[in-house]
Amino acid sequence: MKIRVVAVQFKPRKGDVEHNLDRVAGVLRQIVEEDVPADVVVFPETITSGYFLEGGVREAARTREQILEALVKRYLPFARPEPLDVVLGSYEVWHGKYYNSALYLTLSAQPESCRIVHTHRKFFLPTYGVFQEKRFVARGRNIEVFPTRFGPATVLICEDVWHSITGAVAALKGAEVFYVIAASPGRGFHGENVGNVMKWQQLLCNMAEEHGVWVVNAGLVGFEGGKGFVGQSMVVNPFGQVVVSAPLMKEAMITATIDTEEIAIARANAPLLADLEAGLADLLIEMQEIAAEQHARYRQ
Amino acid sequence: MSKLEVIRAPERTHDAEELLRINAPLVTEWLVEFLRDEMIRRRGFHRAVVGLSGGVDSSVTAFLCARALGAENVWGIRMPYRTSSPESLEHAQLVIDQLGIHSRTIDITPAVDGYLQYEPDADGRRRGNVMARMRMIVLFDLSAKLNALPVGTGNKTERLFGYFTWHADDSPPINPLGDLFKTQVWQLARYLGVPEVIVSKPASADLIVGQTDEDDLGISYHLADQILYFLLRGYRVEQIEEMGYPREKILLVKARLESTHWKRHLPTTAMLSTTSINDYYLRPVDY
Repeated sequence: MKIRVVAVQFKPRKGDVEHNLDRVAGVLRQIVEEDVPADVVVFPETITSGYFLEGGVREAARTREQILEALVKRYLPFARPEPLDVVLGSYEVWHGKYYNSALYLTLSAQPESCRIVHTHRKFFLPTYGVFQEKRFVARGRNIEVFPTRFGPATVLICEDVWHSITGAVAALKGAEVFYVIAASPGRGFHGENVGNVMKWQQLLCNMAEEHGVWVVNAGLVGFEGGKGFVGQSMVVNPFGQVVVSAPLMKEAMITATIDTEEIAIARANAPLLADLEAGLADLLIEMQEIAAEQHARYRQ
Repeated sequence: MSKLEVIRAPERTHDAEELLRINAPLVTEWLVEFLRDEMIRRRGFHRAVVGLSGGVDSSVTAFLCARALGAENVWGIRMPYRTSSPESLEHAQLVIDQLGIHSRTIDITPAVDGYLQYEPDADGRRRGNVMARMRMIVLFDLSAKLNALPVGTGNKTERLFGYFTWHADDSPPINPLGDLFKTQVWQLARYLGVPEVIVSKPASADLIVGQTDEDDLGISYHLADQILYFLLRGYRVEQIEEMGYPREKILLVKARLESTHWKRHLPTTAMLSTTSINDYYLRPVDY
């Protein structure tokens, strides 16, 4: 199966959800009108509002149905005949709580065929240094793999992939394509590139290579209160190689055609995922022991 | 039985130059984008005013503004007082000439002395504060006239030392250098091509004749920046001392750092409700 993916990075207007949805639609219009090869278009974390909102999450959060409806309304006037899948990040209100979420949507020229395929709510919320997420949003509780028109996929958000175990869970559940959306403020300027850009590339390449999966990453750009998001979105193949990447800080979109048949080749060369599956039962017991010990330690 | 070669990890030493080294081209690219984004996109200003003291911080700021906005959109404002060094004026002129930016020279002596005639006994500290605040009155007023944004020039070392006049030097709404130590500003200055005479001269607030920062602070910037580097990361005095830094200098830096937290914050407000601004009601500056 070949999937034509696009990763987009643009600077959202802070807190202005309607404007930012207009820009998302504007990018989709450009893709349709210029015939940019696209089956799945990926936008960064919190593209509907910008990332650092603090209490403004209350004003910027939408239900996922509202986001779908708003996008469908904007998309229909220029919709192409074949469906178009979209991944995007937004603050979301769901069952009385706010979340940092990612939606996987299918848009279509027929309104009744437009739908929410999957919602991922950020599992690991960074709350240290410049980050304050736990103060303003609730944590998601699961890492899911879901069927798409192009096979099984997962969506992860930013710190979710700084923990190697998250990628392992998604790979074990059968994800072949990882859509990773991020908002990463630049820090560390002594090396050849911004410190966290180099760290991101390392993380995504390691994750792709360890599990033999494709990774499609879209990163936010633009300064918010002096903190500049790095962008540098990238697509990584199952051998852990970057096949295309976007520039630092600048607005851009990148495209790639990914071939899921390469997954089998990569995994045959380095069968780490199969080894993990084989050792899973023992690992689970180890994990349970760790959890029990940690629980007991706090009772002492 | 043959013995194995023993390979030891090197002793933990800190290469002082390496510790605070920056990738100056990358930092320049980043700060130019910062200025464009924060000034034009967020705030709608295409012009900048920079108070040019003839020192390295304001020179670097002017160089960055010229790159980000074009020289035709930058105003370098020289604001001498009668005791200011003539050299400061000349050095500011070097920057103006090299960049081709607009310039204006406003002598603040009549305004400063107009007030100080009622307080003739004011000591050097008070007089310096009056000068610094007067310069901000000029800078903000000219910014209103020119429809421009005042751009701050304070570096991280002076911010951490509280070595500035509160609500004066620190008052411009954006500041490109505030997260760069003084020694890093020097690196950036050399990369940008700031005249060497400005980069290599002893840093001075030039509020009192013959004053230098390093005399005022009691420590060189090279040493202070390295000690700050470790203190900010959470290292204890004893650990920093073990690295070879003199204890009295570590304590000096620590004392200045810990006695000036208030200068890096907005005024303290009495909280009475659960909607207290910046306590409960939290919205970012660009929201």
